[in-house]
Amino acid sequence: MTDTTLNPFAARPTWSRVIEKTAFWIFRGATYVILLCGLWIFGNILVKGSGTIFTTHAPFLNTDFFTKSPETLYVFEYQGKKYELGNTEYRAFLAQETAAAKAGGRPAPHFENVQSIVYSAGGILPCILGTILLVMGSMTIALVLGVSSAVYLSEYARQGPWVSFVRLAILNLAGVPSIVFGLFGYGMFVVFFGWNVSLLAGWFTLAFMVLPVVITASEEALRAVPKGFREGSLALGSTKWQTIRKAVLPYALPGVLTSSILGIARVAGETAPIMFTAAYVMRDKLPWQVQGIKEFFLQGVMALPYHIYVVSSKIPQNEYTERVQYGTALVFLLIVAAIAGISITLRNNLRRRHQW
Amino acid sequence: MVNTTSTMPSSEAMSGSSSSVPTSRPFAVSSHPSKNEPTRTLIEVANLDFAYGEKQALFDINLNLDEKRVTAFIGPSGCGKSTLLRCFNRMNDLVDSAKIKRGHIKINGHNIYHNNVDPIRLRKRVGMVFQKSNPFPKSIYENITYGLRIQGESNKARLNEAVEKSLRGAALWEEVKDRLHESGLGLSGGQQQRLCIARAIAVEPEVILMDEPCSALDPIATAKVEELIHELKRDFTIVIVTHSMQQAARCSDKTAFFYMGRLIEYAPTQTIFMNPSNPQTEAYVSGRFG
Repeated sequence: MTDTTLNPFAARPTWSRVIEKTAFWIFRGATYVILLCGLWIFGNILVKGSGTIFTTHAPFLNTDFFTKSPETLYVFEYQGKKYELGNTEYRAFLAQETAAAKAGGRPAPHFENVQSIVYSAGGILPCILGTILLVMGSMTIALVLGVSSAVYLSEYARQGPWVSFVRLAILNLAGVPSIVFGLFGYGMFVVFFGWNVSLLAGWFTLAFMVLPVVITASEEALRAVPKGFREGSLALGSTKWQTIRKAVLPYALPGVLTSSILGIARVAGETAPIMFTAAYVMRDKLPWQVQGIKEFFLQGVMALPYHIYVVSSKIPQNEYTERVQYGTALVFLLIVAAIAGISITLRNNLRRRHQW
Repeated sequence: MVNTTSTMPSSEAMSGSSSSVPTSRPFAVSSHPSKNEPTRTLIEVANLDFAYGEKQALFDINLNLDEKRVTAFIGPSGCGKSTLLRCFNRMNDLVDSAKIKRGHIKINGHNIYHNNVDPIRLRKRVGMVFQKSNPFPKSIYENITYGLRIQGESNKARLNEAVEKSLRGAALWEEVKDRLHESGLGLSGGQQQRLCIARAIAVEPEVILMDEPCSALDPIATAKVEELIHELKRDFTIVIVTHSMQQAARCSDKTAFFYMGRLIEYAPTQTIFMNPSNPQTEAYVSGRFG
C-alpha cells in the first residue's frame, strides 16, 4: 500500500467528477466556438475589405474609395490591353481615343468585350456621410425624447398602474421588428407628413426604434442615483427641476450614454427602417449640395448598410462587385467602432468627473 | 395620555408679534440664551393626524417647540418620530400617499400646510440633515454653495464668505480650508456629516432638523457633532431624532417620547430621564423595552 491510497482525500473516478469535467468543457467549448465564429466573420471582412480600401503604393489608402461617389465600372479590352475604368474615366478615355482617331483619319475606336458593372467603381463617400448624418440626427432625437420621458416616468409621474402600463408599452416597442418600424415611418412621416424619402423621416423612424432601449436604460440610470442626492437638494429649498438638473441628471448621464452606445450600433446598422424612409440607392449629390436648410432636411441620403444590401443583392454578382461589398462592410465596421469609441471616451470622461 | 409639560404661554398670543421673518441672521453675535431664560414657541403642532395611505402613522400630536433650543425626539423604531420631523419641512410631500388628516403645524404662527404655502420657500427656512450623510459628489466648496446658487446667488465674494462662515459654523473650517475644491466625498464620515450641516446652515435657515445624524458615526465623530449642536443652538432651533438616549440626554433641552405614533411624554430632558411621569417613558429610558 502506497501513501496515496491511504490518503482519505485521494481523488477517485466518480460520476460527479466526470460530469464536472464534461460541464466545464461544454461551457469552454461553447465560448471558443463563438469566439471562432466572430473571428471568422471579422477576419473575412478584414482580409477581403483591405484589398479594396488599401493599395500597394503610397499613400497606401484607396483615397478614391473615401472621396468619390459610386460609379459604373467599365471593363473592356482595347488594342490587346485590358482596362478597368470608372464611368468618368471611361468617357474621357473614349472621347480622347475618338478624337485621336479622327485626327489620324482612322475609324472610330472599337472596345471589345465591354462589361459595365454598376456601383463597382468610384467610392462610397455619400454612403459614409449619409450614415453619419442618420446616426447623429436619430441619436439626438432619441436621447432628447428618451431622457425627457425617462425623467418624467421615474421622477415626476405618480407611480401606479397607469405608469406601469406606459412602461410596459414602451418595453413592448423594443420587441417590434425593425421592418415594422420602417413601414410605420413610411406611412407616418413619408406619406402622411409628406416628408418624402428624407433625412428627417429616417431620423424619426430610427429614433423611435431605439427609444425603448434609451428610455429603459435611462430610467435605470436615474434609479441608480442615490435618493440622498435628491433629498439633500430638495431640503436646501431647490425645486424639483433644479434637483434633477443639478443633483440627479449629471450622475445618471454616464449610464444613459452607455445604453446609447448600443443604440448607435443599432441605428447605424439597421437597413429595414431606412429603406422606405431615408435611403437612396444612388445619389450623386453630397448632403451639403442643397439649396437651403429645408432641402437639407428633406433630402434622401445613401447609407452604408443599404449600399451593402444593394451591391450584394440587387446587381449581378462577379469579382468586381465583391470588392465593393467587402470594402463597404469594412468601412462600415470601422465607422461604427469609431462612433462607439468616441461615445465611450465621452462617457468615461463624464464618469470620472461625476463619480460618487 | 399626552403630558405636555410646557411652561410656555399659548402660542396664539405670540404669533401676532412674530409674524415677520428675519431675512438675514448673523451666526455668532447673539449671546447664548441661558437655560432658565424664557423662550418663545417657534413650531406649534396641534391635533396632528398623519397617514401614509390607509396606514395612520401619527395620532393626535400636540407639541410646542421652543426657539433656539434643542428638542430631541426619542422612541423605538417606527414610532413616528422621523415622520413628524419630516412634516416640519414637508419632505413627506415626496411620498405620494402621505397626507395630513387633521390638525396643523405652524412655524412662527404660520400654517405650513396652508394651500398657498410653497414647500420650496419653506425648506429654505427649515433645513435638514439626514441620517446617512449625503454630500453631493462635488467639491466641498460646491456643496456649501449649492443652496445659495439655486437661490440665484452668483457673487463670488459673497459665496466665498458664506463658505467660510458655514464651515466655521460647522467646526470644519480648520480641517478643510486648504482643500475646498476637492471632492466632499474624500472626507471622513464625521466630516461628511458636518459638511452636510455646513451645507444646511449656509442658506441661513431658522430651524435645522436632524434625522439621526450620528447613527452612522463612530463615538469620536459623534462627540464632535454633539458639541456642534451645542454651538448651533445659539442661532438655530434644532430638532433632533435620535435612537441614542445618551445623546438625547447630552444635547437636548427638551425631549419628546413617542410610541406607536403617539406622543407619550414631552418635558424638559432632565425630567424625562430622571423623573418621567409616564410609566412607559420610564420603562423606555431605563432600557426595559424598545
